[in-house]
Amino acid sequence: MFMDETTLPDYARGAAILGAGGGGSTRVGLLAALQAVEEFGPVEVISVDDLPDDALVLPAAGLGSPDITLEKLGNPEQGVWMRTAMEKELGRPAHALMASEVGGSNALTPIVWAAHTGLPLLDADGMGRAFPEVQMVTMHLKGIPATPTALVDERGHQMIFRDMDARWLERSARAVAVAFGGFACTVDHPFTGAQARDCTIPGSVSRALHIGRVISETTHDRVATVMDRLGGHVLITGKISDVERRTVDGFVRGNVLIDGVGEDRGRLVRVEIQNENLAVLEDGRVLASVPDIMTMLDSQTSDVIFTEELRYGQRVTLVALPSPDVWRTDAGLELVGPRAFGYDFDYTPVEELLAQREGGSA
Amino acid sequence: MTTTDLRIGIDVGGTNTDAVVLGDTQAPIARTKVSTSSDITTGIVTALTEVLSAPGVSAARVGHVMIGTTHATNALLQRRDLQRVAAIRIGAPASTAIRPMFGWPEDLYRKVSAGACIVRGGVELNGEDGAPFDAEAVARFCGEVAGTAEAVAITSVFAPVSAAHEHLAREVVRRELGDIPVTLSHEIGSLGLLERENATILNAALGRVATQIVQAIDEALSAHDLAHAVPFFAQNDGTLMTLESTERTPVLTIGSGPANSLRGAAYLTGEANALVADVGGTSTDVGALTLTFPRESAFGVEVGGVRTNFRMPDLVSIAIGGGTIVQAGEDGAPQVGPRSVGYELSRRGLVFGGDVTTLSDAAVLDGRASMGDTDVPDSLRPLLRAALEEADRQVAEAIDRIKVTRGDLPLIAVGGGSVLIPDTLPGVTEVIRPEHYDVANAIGAAIGTVSGQVDRIYPVGSAAGGRAKAIEAARQSAVENAVSSGADPKAVEIVEIDEIPLSYLREPAIRLRVKAAGPLSKV
Repeated sequence: MFMDETTLPDYARGAAILGAGGGGSTRVGLLAALQAVEEFGPVEVISVDDLPDDALVLPAAGLGSPDITLEKLGNPEQGVWMRTAMEKELGRPAHALMASEVGGSNALTPIVWAAHTGLPLLDADGMGRAFPEVQMVTMHLKGIPATPTALVDERGHQMIFRDMDARWLERSARAVAVAFGGFACTVDHPFTGAQARDCTIPGSVSRALHIGRVISETTHDRVATVMDRLGGHVLITGKISDVERRTVDGFVRGNVLIDGVGEDRGRLVRVEIQNENLAVLEDGRVLASVPDIMTMLDSQTSDVIFTEELRYGQRVTLVALPSPDVWRTDAGLELVGPRAFGYDFDYTPVEELLAQREGGSA
Repeated sequence: MTTTDLRIGIDVGGTNTDAVVLGDTQAPIARTKVSTSSDITTGIVTALTEVLSAPGVSAARVGHVMIGTTHATNALLQRRDLQRVAAIRIGAPASTAIRPMFGWPEDLYRKVSAGACIVRGGVELNGEDGAPFDAEAVARFCGEVAGTAEAVAITSVFAPVSAAHEHLAREVVRRELGDIPVTLSHEIGSLGLLERENATILNAALGRVATQIVQAIDEALSAHDLAHAVPFFAQNDGTLMTLESTERTPVLTIGSGPANSLRGAAYLTGEANALVADVGGTSTDVGALTLTFPRESAFGVEVGGVRTNFRMPDLVSIAIGGGTIVQAGEDGAPQVGPRSVGYELSRRGLVFGGDVTTLSDAAVLDGRASMGDTDVPDSLRPLLRAALEEADRQVAEAIDRIKVTRGDLPLIAVGGGSVLIPDTLPGVTEVIRPEHYDVANAIGAAIGTVSGQVDRIYPVGSAAGGRAKAIEAARQSAVENAVSSGADPKAVEIVEIDEIPLSYLREPAIRLRVKAAGPLSKV
């Protein structure tokens, strides 16, 4: 599989949906990726099954304030610098890059880096969606050490972090990103081909591309058809009737009310937000929660509405896609379940919650 | 000496050029509607001739002439009369991943681009140098584009925080290329490098069009002994800018049409917070007034296929207008629009003896309007009734979409087709139909409000003196900007403050957007 000017727009669309409202807009990242493949040719996407056991894979992402990336569009050389720094640190050549986070803008910049380094991109990621913190990756869950980690800025400044666990890395790397001017690029949790199948979510890139393609191909009754084909669920179709949003410790927090329209008239759901959409509540009951992927789509265009774009009056369709299985385990939920985000309830898969609701109302 | 107590407002639309004369009284002293000419001057001259010949109006008493025109918008849409622009981005090494004009529509790119470069420089979010400015690279690039470039657009990283490098680059360009027109991005847009750069390049491309517009106005004024009157242009926020500003930043006239209608609606009714439906021949724009100004959209808009970060009036547009064609669909349900007979309504509509079924025919049948003198055939009545219901439903939905809070608001109906709007609508306390509703846009231009805006990032840490100090500084700059644009210092008010906290920074910082506005100083 290749990423080129025909596949990238669909991939970006799918990545936006997997952002679960966060992860940052994919618009600028898509432009950068399109220019990179125009200059260097298509980026090859390889399966975890194609990795030799000793192959070194570098998971890469951007880290820092999205406000900065409004002006700093990035420097493609950062990919090259990160690769060189990690190869020097580990004493062996890299085999492939991987997007640490397939949701939102972090799905696209690794394409730019792959094009510039000449490395293929692994068809996998560490989240299967977007999450706000460095340690919320499957590599951490599966015991892959967070370090060595390379952090580079656009000037070529580099920091190597050694012998640090993921939570210390989250604190330190963020502090350095601020010192670098608010934003930096990072490779962390490097792993090998032998570890790849267990420590990543295989097929994430294909999944994002598939989601985007299904949306592009569907013209009639779009959202419902798309969810049918993707095994997802439409939670409610309505109108945003209230948006409450504030920034706490660098994270966007708040909640949004959706008033049902059409068949959903009379229903009112609340979406809880911390960068991403974390939980959906109705009549005091949970309708869906992390790690399931809840995304708001424009009812007319099916475009993703990111949390920073929410406003009163928008016509939205709230959809939920099931989380990757790895997050539905006890250990996974400890890291990214509702309680990890401060909620006082246990996780139930969205499909079960919906079945209960239908059973209850019948 | 004669007192100059009159103002003329002119709105040059796609179909009609409207003009009004306003004095000290609320109602216009004179008004007219003429066809827009392809050369703009003729339409303006004709409109001026008509209003100046009205009783009580003399050219000597006219102090200001305000013009709203879609000329620059059309030039961009039709890729007409555009200049070739050399684009300089001061953004290496931070912003090299996407080159200037990447992703533009091919035809526009070919018309406009005289080359682009990315040189070292730009500042950090806190205003410190991110990278030293590379003057030599700018000089080299000037050598490459000398002879082909007709204008230069300069954009540097975080220019809304500090434009120092943009000023340095302009000096180099002046030295190398002489007095070629130069647009600096911090004068055009706010945060968002790509969108601001796009808008800056479009502005530079519009230089020739701007000169044409300004000359046309000068000629029209001289031809009517109005050379003493001070001309102003309407911009996208519903306020005015001077001729000099228009020549420098013509791209800001884009979007002035709907802004003028909204401002006119506020003026004619005295309502400060209301919804406005501007119904034309082909479409209806529904917008909202906040403190008599158009509420602006939260996101940047596309102009001619290029994304910018201009704040346009927030509008919901639907294909419902006086000339909208009604047909029976396959299932018998009415199909309303989007096609329209437009300005041919008075020839082709059923009530005018034509053979096209339109929404105006439906409005006459329902008793909302009286026009024409031909009866609608009985066989078409059920279709027309159903079509009007559908139109009402679409208007109600547009109104619901434009509201940003719960609660009902009055709706002001303006524009030539506003008879289509029913007297009661869900979510609306009352429908207000002001006199002179059909020239609301020209009245909006004539009100004569000027504004000053500030959109920048302020540190609010303890060293910087905190949030209150930052807000005060922003308020003062906005007021100063308004006064330097011609506002009466005694009557300037802050009309909008928008505060956005920024995340993950060493020192806490906020982005402040503040707008001040006030009436023109007496000349």
